[in-house]
Amino acid sequence: MSDAQTASGVHTLLIDRIACDGHGACAELLPELIGLDEWGYPIVRSTDVPGELLDHARRAVAECPVLALRVEQKHR
Amino acid sequence: MTETQSSSPPSAACVLDGPTGPYGSRLLYGWLRTGSPADLDEHLDRYGPPPLPRTARRPTAGPLVRAVEEAGLTGRGGAAFPTGRKLRTVAETPGPAVVIANGMESEPVSRKDKILLSLAPHLVLDGASLAAAAVGAEAVHLCLPRTRAGLVRHLAGAVDERRLRGIDRVPIHVHGLPHRYVSSEATSLVRWVNGGDARPASTPPRPFEQGVGGLPTLVDNVETLAHLALIARYGADWFRTAGRPGAPGTTLVTLAGAVRAPGVYETPMGTPIGELVDRAEGPSEEIGALLLGGFFGSWVPAETAMGLSFAKNDLAAVGAGPGAGVIAALPRRACGLAETARVLAYLAAHSARQCGPCTMGLPTVAEDFAAVARGDADTRLLDRLAGRIGLLSGRGACRHPDGASRLAATALRVFADDLRQHIRRGPCAAASRKPVLSVPDPAAADAQGWR
Ligand SMILES: Cc1cc2nc3c(=O)[nH]c(=O)nc-3n(C[C@H](O)[C@H](O)[C@H](O)COP(=O)(O)O)c2cc1C
Ligand code: SF4
Ligand code: SF4
Repeated sequence: MSDAQTASGVHTLLIDRIACDGHGACAELLPELIGLDEWGYPIVRSTDVPGELLDHARRAVAECPVLALRVEQKHR
Repeated sequence: MTETQSSSPPSAACVLDGPTGPYGSRLLYGWLRTGSPADLDEHLDRYGPPPLPRTARRPTAGPLVRAVEEAGLTGRGGAAFPTGRKLRTVAETPGPAVVIANGMESEPVSRKDKILLSLAPHLVLDGASLAAAAVGAEAVHLCLPRTRAGLVRHLAGAVDERRLRGIDRVPIHVHGLPHRYVSSEATSLVRWVNGGDARPASTPPRPFEQGVGGLPTLVDNVETLAHLALIARYGADWFRTAGRPGAPGTTLVTLAGAVRAPGVYETPMGTPIGELVDRAEGPSEEIGALLLGGFFGSWVPAETAMGLSFAKNDLAAVGAGPGAGVIAALPRRACGLAETARVLAYLAAHSARQCGPCTMGLPTVAEDFAAVARGDADTRLLDRLAGRIGLLSGRGACRHPDGASRLAATALRVFADDLRQHIRRGPCAAASRKPVLSVPDPAAADAQGWR
């Protein structure tokens, strides 16, 4: 948890739009940040991942069947 | 050369003024002076050989990078990004690099790159060669649309001539690519040169990180490179003698639609749009709105647009941008909704169909818009359309859907009165008249293939 706190606000959620095929698993695991459009493709409400959601975000990344989702540490 | 300005080139009365030609021209100097494309002899007479550095580059930014930064040159391919910053990034990456000169000009209204490449090919090639030296590139790839076969031959011939005279230090490869709206996007070019489809790739890595053959790759528009070739010779201060401090240099614009002399013009950055319309001999009839930038651009009401300076910051204030340098005038009698519907159908057909939100979103927005143009829309459809337009931006691997979103959103705003009419009384008479913007047949897109 301390890891998440120190890293708070410096993590970014990225989607590879070509790889993503609209499984929607991410929206189920991370509804705070990801919704779905009428075809089931993700709508990212905020790319900033707050510390308290970091674990959920990492779970969503791991569950995406086509590895389209990433959480990156922001530079600068 | 029917597509450039129709006025005949000025005669001997015009005085030679260093690197600046008639009407303050730079890139089109030779054409305005002689009335014919500049061959290599004429080019060398006017400018001499490109001032290539004597020594091989170290991984630092040299004098040309600094000059381009000081000049304030911005990219002429659409995004108006500072060219010096891109040069520096690639120059400071250790190891060899690659340069791609983007002469694809996929924007259907634009003719500026074709005119520039036809009339001053050696200025573009000098720029590519100089940029290659500045970033330590091993090769240059000049990407052209293969639908313009004559242009591809013209440039290949120019490169051969230069090779015989030993002008360039690195090989320049001339390629003909499928001519589609997104085949000209930077990552599409990289993919194609690498042997793949001319379709956008996911980023990162961006081309400057990992492009052709995995090497850092500088992608610049051909007009940008031509300006760079002049900055290398005459310096940043000279470059800034045209335009304004925040919008330096000259730029090529394509004027189209309801103007008397449509064509390509070179003008100082920041010229008021009304003045540009006058240079095209004024409106051919009363103008209601202007499309600025291109098909991925913005509609602006004529009253607002005519007083605006054609420069990034001024245009940004009304939600527009210079884009590919397109200014298309829509007559007041025309139906902006019907025009926009046709452009959206074209953009939808030109999606690379790789990303869900673009593949699904663009055709539905185009269909909704067509319903609006036909007068078949009710408020429920309008709400749905607004929602779908809002969901296009930032949700593709490339910015193709962002452009379509901007076009659609500005159309709904600028043609709001027409919209009310269409909903209340059905389509106006103008909606069934002959269209003003010439939009290529969307069905032709797939015939090009991607390779
Ligand atoms: C859909 C799409 C189409 C594009 N088409 C062109 C084009 O035809 N020519 C061009 O120079 N840049 C085009 N661009 C921009 C390029 O990706 C790239 O930014 C540009 O070539 C960089 O050159 P510059 O910095 O000199 O403008 C396009 C971008 C997008 C998103
Ligand atoms: S889980 Fe992966 S493939 Fe499915 S919608 Fe989310 S990002 Fe796309
Ligand atoms: S956003 Fe559209 S045009 Fe761009 S890569 Fe994705 S599908 Fe292709």
